[in-house]
Amino acid sequence: MQFGIACCAIEMMAASASNFDIMRFGVIPRATPRQTDVMFVAGTVTLKMASRIKRLYDQMPEPRYIISMGSCANCGGPYWEHGYHVLKGVDRVIPVDVYVPGCPPRPEALLEGIIKLQEKVRKESMIKKSA
Amino acid sequence: MTPQEILETLSSNFGDAILESKLDVLQPWIRIASHRTKEICFFLRDEDLLTFDYMSCLSGVDYNDGKLGVVYHLASMIHKHKIVLKTHCTKDSPHVQSVAEVWGTANWHEREAYDMYGIVFDGHPDLRRMLLPYDWEGHPLRKDYKVPEFYNGMKVPY
Repeated sequence: MQFGIACCAIEMMAASASNFDIMRFGVIPRATPRQTDVMFVAGTVTLKMASRIKRLYDQMPEPRYIISMGSCANCGGPYWEHGYHVLKGVDRVIPVDVYVPGCPPRPEALLEGIIKLQEKVRKESMIKKSA
Repeated sequence: MTPQEILETLSSNFGDAILESKLDVLQPWIRIASHRTKEICFFLRDEDLLTFDYMSCLSGVDYNDGKLGVVYHLASMIHKHKIVLKTHCTKDSPHVQSVAEVWGTANWHEREAYDMYGIVFDGHPDLRRMLLPYDWEGHPLRKDYKVPEFYNGMKVPY
């Protein structure tokens, strides 16, 4: 599920568009969390929005993965010092699998993040639950 | 009309409510008393030669000496002139008259000023927080604001 909040959403759209197509890697955008495996959190997460992201994360069925895109979602980004209303990293409310750095990350960086997530999923085992 | 003429029209009608003005700067401003703001704004909007029918902006200010203020940027679509109005209020009793009935856009601008500075607009139809969550404590853009440690279980500072 593509959760484009702020400027990173533009780069996510650019990655979904024709030049850096993410559909050929098997990423199909869905508007609802109920039918998705992955949620891209793209953009600055405010405290007001954080409770909604937690709710959307809870609505995703298992197995679910989160890609945190951009430096605002990774660690608060450029608002780390004075942002009184910015959540410093979406991993304070939901567990993140892949962090894609950048402000905003180039579409190729997002593609690398997707491929890394695919490798992580490939290495998972059904019997042994990790962490 | 030039800013000087606007000031003269206002002074002749409201006399003691016009406190101060500075007209030779890029954005000439007039300071008015905060207990007659609505009256003056209705006059500015309805008078034929002034017709300030467009409020470009309403913003709150914290002057850092115990005073809060509100700055109104007004423009006229018909006569193509602009003026800036300023009012003051103290931090202990931050009440200013609301101009939401004069210009419709003031509704949201005043909500934002209330949200960020705590300036209470008397007569506003729906004064509540708009940008911050409804249960946020404090008014962030004041100079003496301290960032809270936790909000609803989430750690706020880095």
